[in-house]
Amino acid sequence: MLHPGRDHHRTRRSRLPAGSSALWVLAAGLPLAFLAVFFAWPVATLVARGFVADGALDLGGFADVFSRPRTWRILGLTLAQAGVATALAVVLGVPGAYVLFRCRFPGRGALRAFVSVPFVLPTVVVGVAFRAVLAEGGPLGALHLDGTFAAIVAALVFFNYTVVVRTVGGLWEHLDPRAEQAARALGASPVRAFVEVTLPALGPAIASAASLVFLFCSTAFGTVLVLGGLRYGTIETEIWVQTTQFLDLRAASVLSVVQLVVVAAALTLAARARRRQERALHLTATAGSAHPLRLGRGHGVDTAAAAVTALVLVGLALPLVTLVVRSLRTPTGWGLGNYVALGTTGDSTGGGSPLSVTVWDAALTSLRTATDATVIALVVGGLVALVVSRRPGARTARRTVSVLDALFMLPLGVSAVTVGFGFLLTLDRPLGLPVDLRTSGLLVPIAQAVVAVPLVVRTVLPVLRAIDPRLREAAATLGAGPGRVLRAVDLPIAARALGLAVGFAFAVSLGEFGATSFLARPDQPTLPVVVYRLIGRPGEQNYGMALAASVLLALLTAGIMALAERLRGSVRGGEL
Amino acid sequence: MARTTPRTRFAAGALTVLALAGCSTIGANDGSDGATGDATGAAGATVTLVTHDSFALSDGILAQFEEETGLTVKQVAPGDGGALVNQLVLTKENPLGDLVYGIDTTFASRAIDEGVLQPYSSGAPAAADAAQHAVPDDDEGLLTAIDLGDVCLNVDHAWFAERGVPEPVTLEDLTRPEYKDLLVVTNPATSSPGLAFLVGTAARFGSVQYKDYWAKLRDNGVKVAEGWSDAYYTDFSGADGKGPRPIVLSYASSPPSTVPEGADEPTTGALLETCTRQVEYAGVLAGAENVEGAQRLLDFLLSDAVQADIPGSMYMYPVSSAVDLPEEWERWAPLATDPAPIHPKDIEANRETWIAEWTEIVIG
Repeated sequence: MLHPGRDHHRTRRSRLPAGSSALWVLAAGLPLAFLAVFFAWPVATLVARGFVADGALDLGGFADVFSRPRTWRILGLTLAQAGVATALAVVLGVPGAYVLFRCRFPGRGALRAFVSVPFVLPTVVVGVAFRAVLAEGGPLGALHLDGTFAAIVAALVFFNYTVVVRTVGGLWEHLDPRAEQAARALGASPVRAFVEVTLPALGPAIASAASLVFLFCSTAFGTVLVLGGLRYGTIETEIWVQTTQFLDLRAASVLSVVQLVVVAAALTLAARARRRQERALHLTATAGSAHPLRLGRGHGVDTAAAAVTALVLVGLALPLVTLVVRSLRTPTGWGLGNYVALGTTGDSTGGGSPLSVTVWDAALTSLRTATDATVIALVVGGLVALVVSRRPGARTARRTVSVLDALFMLPLGVSAVTVGFGFLLTLDRPLGLPVDLRTSGLLVPIAQAVVAVPLVVRTVLPVLRAIDPRLREAAATLGAGPGRVLRAVDLPIAARALGLAVGFAFAVSLGEFGATSFLARPDQPTLPVVVYRLIGRPGEQNYGMALAASVLLALLTAGIMALAERLRGSVRGGEL
Repeated sequence: MARTTPRTRFAAGALTVLALAGCSTIGANDGSDGATGDATGAAGATVTLVTHDSFALSDGILAQFEEETGLTVKQVAPGDGGALVNQLVLTKENPLGDLVYGIDTTFASRAIDEGVLQPYSSGAPAAADAAQHAVPDDDEGLLTAIDLGDVCLNVDHAWFAERGVPEPVTLEDLTRPEYKDLLVVTNPATSSPGLAFLVGTAARFGSVQYKDYWAKLRDNGVKVAEGWSDAYYTDFSGADGKGPRPIVLSYASSPPSTVPEGADEPTTGALLETCTRQVEYAGVLAGAENVEGAQRLLDFLLSDAVQADIPGSMYMYPVSSAVDLPEEWERWAPLATDPAPIHPKDIEANRETWIAEWTEIVIG
């Protein structure tokens, strides 16, 4: 896209009036301030602690940590796990995106909601369900996968499949099919038309999804711990052990820097891949370009994609069905007893009860917190996406924009432990305000929003970037002010992506545990916290309740994803 | 193509805003946010309790305290046992709250050595019972015992009965061929019972021979799970998961929860000669804003109301001898008479070494 000849044009086009540049600075400033206070400052403070000994800078930790063979093994394992899982998620997810967003068939909406369920399930529950499937005597016990590298990779794909399906599908759904049809009409085979026309158009979305999945996988904590233990540790699990168990901030800080380097490298690669492929696309407003799913002879593409997707769906369903089936098992036989018990505070045969509130109360707290987190994430992430979507002419401005883009991805790449511990060190009086944010209920939605912002950016941005700048110019030429251009051009197109972003942000907040667990208020536990607490107590009833509560969490998520999709449909109103 | 008019769009927007306002926590007054600057001993003040993430008392118990004292209790739980103490160490210049509850034997010395606590001798009736479990060498009275439990191996009676294999009794038994591939424990680096058990083996066998013991366990097929729930529900045969292994690392208090509906005997039992004792302590934080409130809350943790609630809500044994244990616990969950003799100072001095050595031997 950086043809020298076109650059000149672009420079001329993108010159902004003075008033609106101030607005852009403001639009970039708010998210930056948010990121600085709730991410950069806490992380930097904690990492700095590890590098300062007796008031002097001490970088000896690097030599020390890198002289341990374990460090190298862990680094290699992290890259291998994340790399393999990302590749698999993309290879399996692209056909999934095709089937679920490009084809029409009964039950499609339900399936779309279904694939997002794993993304938010508490890892401890998935770990137990996964291991129940893989362990000796389980449905797949004969494969001897329990505790292996393959099991971890499978679990990482299980959690992240939906990220690829939705991010790629979201763009694909609105891709004008005429280009591919033209290629076909000119005699290209379906495969060739796909590879040469559609795939390049999907490139930015695939790169977006892959970088997200890589970040999620390389910083996966609970999944890796439950399924692989410290044998298959990642940098993230190692940071967790060094920080929470040993308080070895020196080692933890070195590892945090290593993780940042890995993440930054991955982001740079992804950004380069995206930039190479990014171009204005012809997007259609409706999903009307989807065709009925055709199976059988003569419809090789549909059939193959449907077969792959069906196989993946079975893989996703196995642990989930195990979960549901076991949630229906009560001490007195099969039934809904565990669900009825959600209105209680757990097994109280011993006199007391393991929860201080009922599971329903916790669900309500979760919904409330997630609402706040979603609003924050949408405002911050929406502004970032808007700013980053512009391609200013000046070289420095362009560079600033791409740095800004990468900056907001970092929260996904930094350990929740580092962020959580950093919060404790910095937020006692943030910006000199007389509020101890560390013990405030406000911090939970903020921490969740920090995690959700990158998701919002990554879902909205590919769509905004694909908008043909000529549309905005046309609007401006016709006399529309910058605000009007936003409303008339960007918003209607982005609204569809925003719907998905709302769904993702809400889902991620509902299921978030890492940051929440550092800030938890025991008197106002969220649903995942309650699940952990119940599953951490012996007693068949508590276990059953934990599973039922997980199913509730899964249903809430699926419901919210489905709702977000509906909203997306109804807000549509653009001219495209 | 469906189009919305400006009016319907406005209506949808307004509805969304209303819905958000109704669902928000920021909008809702939970009664305990606000600044901590108002914390004094006076009525209407706040006392902040810092606990581990499995803290819970039954509904209404803390309300009783708030009613009696006029204090508002605010809770924060920044992590599990180890993380909790480490966070207190990191924030000691500006503590997270007034009272900490949940520091256990394995991290007690660190909390004492790092100076995150201030002395307090409770005058509550149960204080004498609590004193029996005090940290040795805690001469200043920085930590007060609130409850305790034993980490022990549990066995699935039915599994052994069906196969006619005698159940193991001691730690040494587990290295014998008849118990090959039957034991699952948890990782001491990631789970608190795992750490307690490792400490117990070091205490019983000595800090050299315990390595041989673990090498033998490894050769005899010990399985390591990362967390308690994972081991208990997936690998253990005696719990809901019906896993393959009949011996699991759990607690002395676990068996009563395996009494089947309609029966009156549990299907599992604890091996009382394999236990390590964990005591959980509370202490007033150094630099607490509301010292008096913290002291009153600590007294309350020793009151009959809380002590009697502890077995059901926290799965630990009360230190108080004045309250009754639940009947099933009386019958099926006795504490060990001879738990491993461990000293918090030894643990503090050796924790990292033991975990590193253990990892090398067992995990590789």
